[in-house]
Amino acid sequence: MRRSLAGRLWPNIIAVVLFAFFVFPVYWMVTTAFKPDLDIVSSTPVLFPLHGTLGHFSRAVHAAGFWTFVRNSFTVTIGAVLLSLIVATLSSFAVARMRFKGRKAFILMIMMAQMAPWEVLTISVYLIVRDSDALNSLLPLTLFYMMMVLPFTVWTLRGFIAAVPKELEEAALVDGCTRFQAVVRVVLPLLAPGLMATSLFGYITAWNEYALVLILNKEGGETLTLWLTQFQTNFGDDWGATMAAATLFTLPVVVVFLFMQRRAGTGMTAGAVKG
Amino acid sequence: MAAQYRGTKTRGPDPAATPPQAATVLTAGPTPPSRPVSPSGTRRRTRFTPYLLLLPTLAATALLLGYPLVRNLLISFQTLEPFQLIQHTTEWNGFGNYTDQLTSSEFWHTAGRSVAFTAANVVLIMAAGTLIGLLLNRLGKRMRLLLSLGLVLAWAMPQVVGTTVYQWLFDTQNGVVNWGLDSLGWHSMHGYNWFGHQLSTFAVITLMVVWGSIPFVALNLFAGLTTVSAEIFEAARMDGAGAWRTFWQVLFPILKPFFLSTTFLEIIWVFKAFTQVYALNAGGPEGLTETLPVYAYVEGFGNQHFGTGAAISMLTIVILAALMSYYFRVILKEEDEL
Repeated sequence: MRRSLAGRLWPNIIAVVLFAFFVFPVYWMVTTAFKPDLDIVSSTPVLFPLHGTLGHFSRAVHAAGFWTFVRNSFTVTIGAVLLSLIVATLSSFAVARMRFKGRKAFILMIMMAQMAPWEVLTISVYLIVRDSDALNSLLPLTLFYMMMVLPFTVWTLRGFIAAVPKELEEAALVDGCTRFQAVVRVVLPLLAPGLMATSLFGYITAWNEYALVLILNKEGGETLTLWLTQFQTNFGDDWGATMAAATLFTLPVVVVFLFMQRRAGTGMTAGAVKG
Repeated sequence: MAAQYRGTKTRGPDPAATPPQAATVLTAGPTPPSRPVSPSGTRRRTRFTPYLLLLPTLAATALLLGYPLVRNLLISFQTLEPFQLIQHTTEWNGFGNYTDQLTSSEFWHTAGRSVAFTAANVVLIMAAGTLIGLLLNRLGKRMRLLLSLGLVLAWAMPQVVGTTVYQWLFDTQNGVVNWGLDSLGWHSMHGYNWFGHQLSTFAVITLMVVWGSIPFVALNLFAGLTTVSAEIFEAARMDGAGAWRTFWQVLFPILKPFFLSTTFLEIIWVFKAFTQVYALNAGGPEGLTETLPVYAYVEGFGNQHFGTGAAISMLTIVILAALMSYYFRVILKEEDEL
């Protein structure tokens, strides 16, 4: 059935309008970051800036403590993701490959932990950390972020491990490996893309976390999320520098997102077992 | 059989991972397909292996999630203010915090506000997300890629960045929104302070939440739609069903699990949203945009009534738990094999 010209045209027009709606805030953030101050405060906003400046970025990067916050953010995020990968690989292996009593209960617990209301647990977390004299330190933050991303990591890794053909492991056993060797030498290398994808999701969660660091860390223990939300307070109405800061903060996340889209389908084990 | 396994080996992604003795074992002759029967000691060990593997996860969950939950419950039965905090004393007051909250109009106002906020957001997210998902299915390849790109970009924006950017978009002096509305002829919006009123602040928060949440719904619906065969729609059209009827009587029943679970997820996510509400305007003006999580935070940390804050957060958790039990009922029904 052929549609009329109008019938074929309107979905495309709506798509373009929607594209503009979704992209505009991102576009406005990036262009503001590059615009000279005069263009930012002009009474008629410059929608398509023709000349740019890097001044805002340099102001953001040279803000007091910026590099400390960058280091804190990376330390906490990478620490949390690595810890959760180690912990989750063990338990997701058990869930994917072994039958045991309480397996279903464990999975249910993981699903519930995935939905844990961290946003309203701040008071008790604060008091626990305060009682252990660990406010403003990166360790509790790392541990709690690890817990935040752990359920998801277990859940996803379980899928990836289940997708590694059992026959490969058995083949390694036949070839004289112990069970442990079979896992380390055969399953783990095949799991690399899965571990990568899972850790990237965890990375985004931990990188973006706000509620906990807001109450736990001040005075040098802040991460970039806190720095960003307080940037405006610290710098007044310097929207150019604020948007430059926002752009810098977003950059690693977008890179990770695009990277994940590309690697979404991995057929590494597709031809490993003959039918 | 051995040859087949050898073939498998050489196709492995990482030749270095192949144990060097493998080849010799294979050429040495037929090997039994499974390992020799293990002695009883090993068998006992394998019986406990799964639990040993689960141990770190269980310990972390108990310590880092279970304990805070229990501690929160305990605090909610205490009077805990700066005095008790500094003195390190524990002062129990039974259900005092709860009766205070449940009889205060502020709590019920906040709870009602939370429910209304959640309902408005979720309806908008689901309706718009569904329409955009259907649109994606109908678009040509190039336009679909364009729209997906926009959706993924909005999705990738961290919440704290979203709030910062929306503050700038809706800025009183130089915000592009006020300028746009002004130049479209709505001149009273020139210099309008969006964050000075309850409804306008909620409008900005809602726009931001909906903008950030639609991509999840739309892209997942589109992924689900690609699994539905086109013949079904063809058949519906042959039978004379319009778009509306095709959706409700053909597509919706097929994708009902998706719609149910996504709706519940969105309800839970919006209900407990803290970052967007708090980072945008700190629940202001005058606490008029406080939802329950923000209210618990402001009572606990802002006003230093930790016991009260804990009680509010426990009440919030109870509501969330009720929502989650529905959600689990939905997803456990569709997932037979856990």
